[in-house]
Amino acid sequence: MEAALGLMRRIPPKHSVTALSALVSLLPNHSSDLLSQVDQPLQVLCDSESGKEFILCEYNRDADSYRSPWSNKYHPPLGDALLPSDELRKLEVEANEVFAIYRDQYYEGGISSVYLWEDNNEGFVACFLIKKDGARTAHGRRGYLQEGLWEAIHVIEVGPEDETTRYCLTSTVMLSLTTDKESSGTFNLSGSIRRQMTMDLPLADGHLCNMGKMIEEMEGKLRNSLDQVYFGKTKEMVCTLRPPSEVVMRLPNS
Amino acid sequence: MAEEECELSDEQKKEIAKWFLYNAPSGEIQYIAKDLRSVLNDDKLYDEATSEAFPLYNKSHLICLELPCRSGDVLITPYNELEENQFIEPRTAQIVTIDHVKQACTEVRPAADEELASPYVEEFRCALDAEILKYVEEAYPKGVCSVYCVDGKDAEGSGCNFEFAVVIAAARNSPKNFCNGSWRSVWNIKFKEDALEIKGKLQVDAHYFEEGNVQLDAEQECQDGTIFQAPDDCAISIANIIRHHEAEYLKSLETSYSNLSDKTFKDLRRKLPVTRTLFPWHNTLQFSLTRDIQKELGIGK
Repeated sequence: MEAALGLMRRIPPKHSVTALSALVSLLPNHSSDLLSQVDQPLQVLCDSESGKEFILCEYNRDADSYRSPWSNKYHPPLGDALLPSDELRKLEVEANEVFAIYRDQYYEGGISSVYLWEDNNEGFVACFLIKKDGARTAHGRRGYLQEGLWEAIHVIEVGPEDETTRYCLTSTVMLSLTTDKESSGTFNLSGSIRRQMTMDLPLADGHLCNMGKMIEEMEGKLRNSLDQVYFGKTKEMVCTLRPPSEVVMRLPNS
Repeated sequence: MAEEECELSDEQKKEIAKWFLYNAPSGEIQYIAKDLRSVLNDDKLYDEATSEAFPLYNKSHLICLELPCRSGDVLITPYNELEENQFIEPRTAQIVTIDHVKQACTEVRPAADEELASPYVEEFRCALDAEILKYVEEAYPKGVCSVYCVDGKDAEGSGCNFEFAVVIAAARNSPKNFCNGSWRSVWNIKFKEDALEIKGKLQVDAHYFEEGNVQLDAEQECQDGTIFQAPDDCAISIANIIRHHEAEYLKSLETSYSNLSDKTFKDLRRKLPVTRTLFPWHNTLQFSLTRDIQKELGIGK
């Protein structure tokens, strides 16, 4: 199993879908572990009632159907399916509305979904998802991207309510950028990073506020990390392989 | 759905294993092989897969192996392959036998005359090799290169066409720093009666994997040409063309990177909202939140 995860860390991100299905077929006994531990590109369905799109993940799936956060119904319809409690559903509705505004502020487009469900420890788990396809920006202007995808998955385990409540956040951001400039051929930079953050917070401002702030902070850190460290390191590698001409002192003698 | 699939055939498992090996990033095939062996749990299948996949990987990544007795290096490419495990090293006129899976040389012998190019062609090859070597030493801290005659090696004089492949490879493997990368360029040069046709393919990749997995994968093709001259002049001309195109490519990679940071990334996610402040989560207590936020942010009248 560890070897399988090792393979996933090395295979180029653009091949991760093929790699995961290959591993699942090689190790059918570990398929549920693999599916839950390896993040895959997010897929989307359209809620027939509201006309809004929602994101699919393991957390809103039951058998082969997926629950929409907008109508709370499964697509395709499923009898006797898992649903959150009324109280949790109320929080879930609010979370989706607020998160959609957050998403609009930072991403200026994209799709978001939030799913909540009870867990066994008197608390609950929340999953916040965002999918942004950058090649179609909100304002209709074409950027440099031929293909650009940002997908964020934030899973928060919320502990039982006490003086302070414990929130454990695991965030994964998957990114894929392909620039579209004739003169430079193809240029594809993709990757994923995952981080964790745990905080104990008082309930004064409510769960949503606590979780929201954690996610915002985490997304900022991940964005910076991707930009400076990850992209920076690969660029550094390129310049190490072949330093820019200004560095080379001697001129060709012809 | 995976539970419904029946057990894969050995052939299918082998194909999957080969796929993993072939797609290993530069310098990482041995690590992938180790993990794969564990996942496959079938040494016979593992051996078959590695013996089929390693040669393809090695040739595609233009790996560089040290010759025994430290007498130099040999590049493993599709352009200097004589037989399945035999490669010619023209600079020192040797034929090397290698073990693809171990990625090491097993045998070396001097090349026979028939295996080398004719003196006419060799003059051009040698002059070009010397110029390229100069260029690579100057431009690449850890580059290796070679010039192979891929067609027309027995040409005797003008009127006969021949073709060279110039291969330049540089790899930087730093697994302890979680970073690996490689630069590969292959230039095909067709020598025709009065002109030279030059086609280049440049490939760069880099992999950084500390707490994550980010990879760069870039590729560019280019074309150029020059006139047919004496061997030394041809060599200088070709080397200059190569130098020019490769430097230009590096510049355009740098531009792509800086656009990435400034513009492209912003198209995906801004650093901060337009309001230049963090999101106002604090009014979350009731449903009225959404209306408050909307008012505050001035959206949706």
